[in-house]
Amino acid sequence: MTNIVVLPLILPIITGILLVFLRHQLVLQRIIAVVTMAIVSIISVIMLHQVYTSGIIYLDFSGWAPPFGILFVADSFASLLVVTSSIVTTCILLYATTTIEPKREKMFFYTFVLLMVAGVNGSFLTGDIFNLFVCFEVMLLASYALITLGGEKLQLRESLKYVLINVVASWIFLVALAYLYGTLGTLNMAHIAQRVAEAGQDPLLTTISLVFLVVFALKAGLLLYQWLPTAYSVPPTAIATLFAALLTKVGIYALIRTFTLMFPYEPSVTHRIIGIMAIITVVGGCLGALAAKDIRTIAVYNVVIGVGFILIGLATNTEQGLQGAIYYLMHDMVAKALLFLIIGTMIALTSESHIDKMSGLIRNYPLFGWLFFIVMCALAGIPPLSGFIGKVLIGQGAIASSSYVLLIIGFGSTIIVLYSLLRIFLSCFFGETIIPTGDETPMNKVNMAAMLLLAGCIISLGFGAELVAPYVKDAAAVLMNPDIYIKAILANGGV
Amino acid sequence: MKINDVILRTVTKAVIFIILTLGVYLFFAGHHSPGGGFIGGLVLASAIVLLYLANDIETVHKGLPFNFKKVAAIGVLLATGTAMVSIFFNRPFLTQVATYIELPLLGKTSFSSVTLFEAGVALTVVGTVVTIILSISEEE
Repeated sequence: MTNIVVLPLILPIITGILLVFLRHQLVLQRIIAVVTMAIVSIISVIMLHQVYTSGIIYLDFSGWAPPFGILFVADSFASLLVVTSSIVTTCILLYATTTIEPKREKMFFYTFVLLMVAGVNGSFLTGDIFNLFVCFEVMLLASYALITLGGEKLQLRESLKYVLINVVASWIFLVALAYLYGTLGTLNMAHIAQRVAEAGQDPLLTTISLVFLVVFALKAGLLLYQWLPTAYSVPPTAIATLFAALLTKVGIYALIRTFTLMFPYEPSVTHRIIGIMAIITVVGGCLGALAAKDIRTIAVYNVVIGVGFILIGLATNTEQGLQGAIYYLMHDMVAKALLFLIIGTMIALTSESHIDKMSGLIRNYPLFGWLFFIVMCALAGIPPLSGFIGKVLIGQGAIASSSYVLLIIGFGSTIIVLYSLLRIFLSCFFGETIIPTGDETPMNKVNMAAMLLLAGCIISLGFGAELVAPYVKDAAAVLMNPDIYIKAILANGGV
Repeated sequence: MKINDVILRTVTKAVIFIILTLGVYLFFAGHHSPGGGFIGGLVLASAIVLLYLANDIETVHKGLPFNFKKVAAIGVLLATGTAMVSIFFNRPFLTQVATYIELPLLGKTSFSSVTLFEAGVALTVVGTVVTIILSISEEE
């Protein structure tokens, strides 16, 4: 039964569309949306386990054998990301049910979220590079709707930039696809990988791969992250969190997939460029996080640092480096989701977003304060929380490939991350409280539950590293040996 | 201001049938030759848009009392629904079946489940195009 591979895509779409008919039954909409994502999470865990026990599973749509039809492929890497994205979305939706205003909910908020998740999951699972483009577009169109939903002036101004830059990026993506199809005559990713391996990665193919690098770098916020800080700070908390947790990660996934499966043969060009871009991204993100006074901006620049750090793992081009990148990618989705929810809640509670205008929140909301402490430690990579293993493995990868600059910059950024978040912690949570005890707005229990769930994920991803390790090792092994992927897809009937 | 659009209205009355027929023809042609739900849907939608241009929105709404957002949603449900059916028969997602049936008047006629899928696509296209045009034309 391989149909399970398509469920993370199709279930959100179908329920998303069903919700269109329940436009005014808001309670029902909330329940259905959260339950659907919970079911998708369970299905994706089952899928991950199937992949682990029986190798890569794939599904040829309507039975057309590769490379002629479109197919979905679930290897460990894709499945791990689907699991993480589905769980994170469930938590964020839980948070959204109480924070998104009814006027937005009535304008099909849940439908768009579910369609966006479908696009994200589809991008992770597809085995056809044109289908990757389609899934990107599904995700982006839904995100265009989400970022403009509500139609506030500031939102519209920033979303215009966001839409424009993404439309241009999508156009470049199409051009790159045309070049690739013109050169290799195929769009099936396994088939592309096979042909590149057979024909050798000549300068022409490397150039095409660099066009893809530009596209995915724009989507991931690697070096070309200038659109990101403002676009991610205008929409409501739940939407900004979804974007921060999921959207850039899809770009990172595409980069890792492209440069491990399809174009891995010229690391002296491609991986070196990725390394340089990652360093500039990390440095730029650090400067932004240090300079910012607005807590939301600090959080957004932390997203940028995260992107650079994960791609250091890819740039090392070693198995440990990739294992680290996978671990860190999963950790980053969960931790950034929690960070954004906490920051959003802080702004909602105090109606302030300037770092100096808040203080003493921990006296009013002790548990909330310690949640921030947990996410800060996790993002800084303090053991035994989830960021630690990823950082160590990426560090090992950098040492193994003797890229000491990557190592120093990567770990230097950790200190900046810690400093920037510690600044928020000391200034906003400690000190004299600005809200008299007893006068504070009570914390919403559902919001708290969503944040606690995410914190639980961070802790269990840290403590359960041993449990996740076999899956991550398998994922990295497939990434380092594209033959496994190619053979699984093209074994029967490949041309 | 009421513009004098006698010519447009008269031509529309004749042309609308040609466009609709072409739309339906393209829709059914799609199985073995150029055409299909997407193109058929676009042509059908263009007929409806022409109706909106020649008459006003209220008149067309009397004749076509649909919420086009829901038409699009029904289309997506139909398309994804037919795609899902194959899962319950333990066949790959999107698998379609086709068969020939002897009908009294038409003789040997081809029936395939992909027509339903394409109908979903066509409804989605019609719903989306009309929704877009209507929301552009609405004045704030």
